[in-house]
Amino acid sequence: MTAVSLHAITVLGHDRPGIIAETTRALAGLGLNIEDSTMTLLRGHFAMMLICAGEASSGDIEHALSALTEDGSLTVSVREVPEEPEHAALGTTYVLTVHGGDRAGIVSTLVGEVARVGGNITDLTTRLSGDLYVLAAEVDLPAEVDADALQAQLRSAGDDLGVGVALRRMESDEL
Amino acid sequence: MSSDPVDDAVGRWTERDLPVEGRVLEVVRAPATVLSSVGADVDPADPDVVQLAADLVATMRVSPGCVGLAAPQVGVGSRVFCVDVSAHPKTRSHHGTFVLCNAEVVQSSRNEKAREGCMSVPDLTGDVKRATRVVVAGVLPVTGERVQIEADAFEARALQHEIDHCDGLLFLDRVAGAHAIHARKTYL
Ligand SMILES: [Zn+2]
Repeated sequence: MTAVSLHAITVLGHDRPGIIAETTRALAGLGLNIEDSTMTLLRGHFAMMLICAGEASSGDIEHALSALTEDGSLTVSVREVPEEPEHAALGTTYVLTVHGGDRAGIVSTLVGEVARVGGNITDLTTRLSGDLYVLAAEVDLPAEVDADALQAQLRSAGDDLGVGVALRRMESDEL
Repeated sequence: MSSDPVDDAVGRWTERDLPVEGRVLEVVRAPATVLSSVGADVDPADPDVVQLAADLVATMRVSPGCVGLAAPQVGVGSRVFCVDVSAHPKTRSHHGTFVLCNAEVVQSSRNEKAREGCMSVPDLTGDVKRATRVVVAGVLPVTGERVQIEADAFEARALQHEIDHCDGLLFLDRVAGAHAIHARKTYL
């Protein structure tokens, strides 16, 4: 009997209709459950990541997805991963937004400031739209971090980079 | 609705109250510095400000779907904007076309999240939470008459968006989360 294991699967490459359908059909054929997944287009490239649970091995999954990679337009990676404990929120969630002219080092500099105070980025997207570079991230800050002081640090780093930075408390409505 | 929120002086105002003809100006796009700079307070009777007011309305008029335009969007770092949400389907009450100088939000309540766009960020939209009822104080161009208007629904959102421009803020500064910025698929 095979034990249930978790696999992280990525599918990357040239976008066309049907990739998600083919991928999920192959995974369903192996009796795998998709636990979490995300898919987006990055500069027009198809990018999907999934965590699946089931009894199939990495080799079985790679084999089942091999048709996707046959013409060389997509790459697939499959890796067994351990069960991760759900991250309890560290403290308070903030939304970090950055926008300005595109230049190297914007993301690394600003997320470096967040990491320096022990902040944890739980979600991040960046986008280049013409000359405009935009970042939006969700950041958990430990209770002892002074968010105003961090905002001031981020602003000053942003000034050096020529980008605007805002750090606001994430609002969620309980309904 | 319990009271009529439309202020008379602002509701009656039209661009015909301006003594000059508006010119259509080019709309500046992010990442222009002027869009991220705090605008200066203005003298509403200053002929340059009066001309700017007319230019903002003229530029808004020729821009399809445009319901408001602030001075920084035409490259001027001043606290002046125009709004006209009268033709928008999400509008409830409205004050027609008006220009306000040195405006600020003095009261706000009832936040609601909605997707908004901006002529200065033409390829993106964002989910932004804003008050659906606001009281805004400012002065009218030319006369300098001090007005306070109550706005709701879409007009309230437009006012906050334009006042943000005057403070050097874009909707991008206020998006609700990491997945709250979207590529615009069809442009109005
Ligand atoms: Zn705008």
